[in-house]
Amino acid sequence: MFGLVHLVPGDPIRLALGTRFDQETYDALRARAGLDQPLVEQFFGWAGRALRGDLGVSFRTGETVTSLISERLPATLTLAVASILVALLIAVPLGTLSALRPRSVVDRVATVLSQIGISVPEFWMAIVLILVFAGTLGWLPSGGYVPLTEDPAGWAQRLLMPAVVTGVVSGSVITRFVRSSVLEALGADHVRTAQAKGLPARQVFTWHVLRNALLPLVTVTGVQLAYLLSGVVVVEIVFSWPGLGQLALQAVQSRDYPVLQGAILLFAVVFLLINLVVDLLYTAIDPRIRR
Amino acid sequence: MSELAPLLEVADLRVRLRTPRGPAEVVNGLSYTVGRGETVAVVGESGSGKSVSVLALLGLLPARVAAVTGAARLDGEDLLTMPPERLREVRGPGVGMVFQDPMTSLNPVLTIGRQLVEGIRAHGEVSKAEARDRAAGLLAEVGLPDPRRALDRYPHELSGGMRQRVVIAIALSNNPSLLIADEATTALDVTVQAQILDLVAGLQSEHGTGVIWITHDLGVVAGIADRVLVMYGGRCVEDGSVDDVLERPAHPYTRGLLGALPDLASSDDGELATVPGTPPAPTDLPAGCVFWPRCPVRSDPRCETEQPPLAVVGASTGGLPHRAATWCSEGSSR
Repeated sequence: MFGLVHLVPGDPIRLALGTRFDQETYDALRARAGLDQPLVEQFFGWAGRALRGDLGVSFRTGETVTSLISERLPATLTLAVASILVALLIAVPLGTLSALRPRSVVDRVATVLSQIGISVPEFWMAIVLILVFAGTLGWLPSGGYVPLTEDPAGWAQRLLMPAVVTGVVSGSVITRFVRSSVLEALGADHVRTAQAKGLPARQVFTWHVLRNALLPLVTVTGVQLAYLLSGVVVVEIVFSWPGLGQLALQAVQSRDYPVLQGAILLFAVVFLLINLVVDLLYTAIDPRIRR
Repeated sequence: MSELAPLLEVADLRVRLRTPRGPAEVVNGLSYTVGRGETVAVVGESGSGKSVSVLALLGLLPARVAAVTGAARLDGEDLLTMPPERLREVRGPGVGMVFQDPMTSLNPVLTIGRQLVEGIRAHGEVSKAEARDRAAGLLAEVGLPDPRRALDRYPHELSGGMRQRVVIAIALSNNPSLLIADEATTALDVTVQAQILDLVAGLQSEHGTGVIWITHDLGVVAGIADRVLVMYGGRCVEDGSVDDVLERPAHPYTRGLLGALPDLASSDDGELATVPGTPPAPTDLPAGCVFWPRCPVRSDPRCETEQPPLAVVGASTGGLPHRAATWCSEGSSR
């Protein structure tokens, strides 16, 4: 990953200095950024500092990478959590309905909708939403972000559209999983045992179907959440949402190695953490995995 | 078993399943009764419609693929036409059911205790603690060691035999007036099987429970059944008292089944007798006698073209008519 970042053609110092600069300033800046050292040395230097929580300083702004990231983190967290909620609100009812009536009208409509949700480009959906709700109807601001603590109403208004766009995409993916796992759970023998006990239909469904379909749902939700947390670049840009995806993109454009490395490191850590949480949830959900 | 109305009266039960290969006539006009305290054994090969016929009674076949017609009156009330909420009330206290495969009949993510308790509490105001006490009592009754601790265990922590006893405990948990056991002891070893059979017999004499026992095992049939119903191709091909059917089988298929029993005393060199061929596909039943394509007798010209009715054959014992659906029963004796 470190190597990959440095393989990207382009020189950050040159980009920062513009077109007119003298060689001395260039060399001095290069030395200060440590770019004159061999790559291997750069790497171990960076890794060693990163372990101590020092991710370096942005070439572009001079701010520390940690402060840049922690500035962006709340916006990204907010959007990711809101999106996953939207996704689950769509996916669980829709997937369940499809599974309860396979090949019915509901099922076919759900299949088509989720197929559209997966295939429609996010930027297009985002632009359509902006045109309709911010343009024609004027109900919602077209973008931006305000912290919840400053203006709760504005926060919610600005969150709604980006959360719906990313939520629809994730929700479409999750719907397919919910459908197949509920369908599988429905066909299990123990569901028949539960029915034969004379349990009310709702109890059979909640405790003997949904409860058993939870495991795949948790897995796919975790994957989707990790994806959302690593920044949804396109949606962030369309809605001018100051999240990590935008930060990473700017870092790539200006070859701001420290920021880019910091962001990628964070994404990796988030991914590992979410997988850990998913694994822990497994043991809570399925007694067969417990030891 | 007296002049009282029977506990269960099944009349002309038919089940048609929708399959990719066209409609399958899985059960074709099955009629029988089960009296209070009586045990009816249903025997037949895999695919003869035994399991489907009892699942149909409780409405446990998926409605999308199964069309069930006929009548099945439990204490005079038709199970097949009753409203869903009434059917729910009957499942459990009216009819308890033990399923075939103990490895999959229990929910893997819920404790044994929970699965028993929810069944008990679905039928009457019972506190959780009380239901747990009853659950532990039931587990003790079916011979599960350390029942209190077993309540907190999950199915995967128990062996197949223990799981099957749990399934039986669930079926018994509401003192059903009719118990349906679908290959309930097939997965158990003989000693446990004997225990379970004793337990059910005790229940029958205590509560007058009627039992439908579906099995391949003619040894079990001889041991527990009052009456035997032989199924083939979704039809009852022979029924009667256990003595009549096992001692004087009238249908060539029944004779084939009995002939296929391994006999330790026999002199032939351990070669197992079998009924050659396979049962007919329910999507493509023969026009005449369902057994005709495999039948070693076929002595009557009507066999191939005309369906034989279930008719009384020979003398009956114990007031039960001995009937068989065959054109070839005359002069039958083993």
